[in-house]
Amino acid sequence: MTIFEFLFPPGSFDIFLNIIIILIKIAVVIGVVMLHVAYATYFERKVIGRMQVRMGPMEVGPHGLLQPIADMLKLFFKEDIIPEKADKTVFYIAPLISLMAALSSLAVIPFYEGFVVANINVGLLFILAMSSLGSYGIILSGWASNSKYAFLGGLRSSAQVISYEIAMGLSLVGVMMMAGSMNLSEIVKAQAEYPAGIYAIPQILGFFVFVVAAIAETNRAPFDLPEAESELVAGYFVEYSGMRFALFYAAEYIGMIIMGCLAAACFLGGWTVPKYILAILPFLKYVPGIVWFVMKVYFVIFFYYWIRATLPRYRYDQLMAIGWKLLIPLALANILFTGVIKIMVE
Amino acid sequence: MVEFFFGFFAIMILFCSVMVVMSRNAIHSVLWMLVMFFHVAGVYLMLNAEFLAATQIIVYAGAILVLFLFVIMLLNLREEMNIEQLIDGWPAGLSLAVAMLVVLILALGSFSVKPWGQWSIEVVEKTTQTKALGKVLYTEYLLPFEIASLVLLVAIIGAVVLAKKKLKS
Repeated sequence: MTIFEFLFPPGSFDIFLNIIIILIKIAVVIGVVMLHVAYATYFERKVIGRMQVRMGPMEVGPHGLLQPIADMLKLFFKEDIIPEKADKTVFYIAPLISLMAALSSLAVIPFYEGFVVANINVGLLFILAMSSLGSYGIILSGWASNSKYAFLGGLRSSAQVISYEIAMGLSLVGVMMMAGSMNLSEIVKAQAEYPAGIYAIPQILGFFVFVVAAIAETNRAPFDLPEAESELVAGYFVEYSGMRFALFYAAEYIGMIIMGCLAAACFLGGWTVPKYILAILPFLKYVPGIVWFVMKVYFVIFFYYWIRATLPRYRYDQLMAIGWKLLIPLALANILFTGVIKIMVE
Repeated sequence: MVEFFFGFFAIMILFCSVMVVMSRNAIHSVLWMLVMFFHVAGVYLMLNAEFLAATQIIVYAGAILVLFLFVIMLLNLREEMNIEQLIDGWPAGLSLAVAMLVVLILALGSFSVKPWGQWSIEVVEKTTQTKALGKVLYTEYLLPFEIASLVLLVAIIGAVVLAKKKLKS
């Protein structure tokens, strides 16, 4: 046996090839999503600018198109300030936890048929697990900064994320019951078979709960109490500057994109188009699946901005009351309702 | 390959568990525990128990540990961090722990692989663990499952009663 055979036993070539393919997929997904994060900030400022009868960013490049790149360069070269009495280790790793949790969730999202980094059976649960991990970044950054504002932001966020995670998990149970699977690709395929084409119609209650919980889960307005500017300056990341602040910012936008992908895959039919629409407009079947998926994600993200520009921030007790007294009972009722109908149909 | 991963997870679980008790800072203890839970989830994954692995992270890391963090932060243990020795009588605890270890090592010999029941590895792989677990839990073990949920309900009601009492006084 030569050294070569010892190092690369038969069959190892396939494993290497698989690993290389997975690595390429990961690089493509992260690259594309990071680009989307940069331009989601531009999109947000433009959309909100228009809604408030302003122009939004206009200075850098034509129509301000290079603004995100300028912002990125600015953040990159800014001085990195760490509070003297901060817990250094935890202060360093907190933004990394946030970003890592957000990026890991991308692994199980089916962007179009067959393109998913890790096609696992418990995809939905994996996303819920990662989003609960993401809250650690927020809580720990709040604690490690050794600042009152950051600490209050972190505490608020921990309570908020725990409360809304329950509602979000329960709202997705209806989808799991209808599809009979927790694999996101299987859910999309089951939706394509379903007469209505999208689960948002039979699961309208679940969809409502999911959308509200998703906004709270990503700490976006009108549920952005952890970073409420008017009372907490910026909340949990008030002590962060430069690149570390950018990591939190990126994690928030990736979280938003993931919620968009989840809404698209679980409720809006993923990369498929409902059959009855194809029957009326048959030429639509030549549009590739990724275009449908991305359009649905963009719509959800636009919806986020729309709500941010429309609604004022809730009070903290109102936020808790909505989560526990409205969303969770609604989601439970939805599960019961779905179960009864499923038994009756079968 | 499997042995390598098991060895890695086992060593990491042991190391993190030791760090949980060794850390002076309670928040660092919780963080080590978080790392440990992830490695336990890794062991579950190696046993084809992907549902358990995901629930392990959602329930323990996502809910219970966050509550730990919450409580520790509210307690504000900055002074306790400088106490030389947190508990007295550690020799008694150490001898008890060593005795337990000896018993466990002696008991290791009695472990043996018995033939599989209805749910062999192949069957679980085919039906997926989530389905297999659901089927067993809601048919064969329905009564214990319901009893467990009742116990949890009692705990919830107890917590609400205690909280309400404080509000009144």
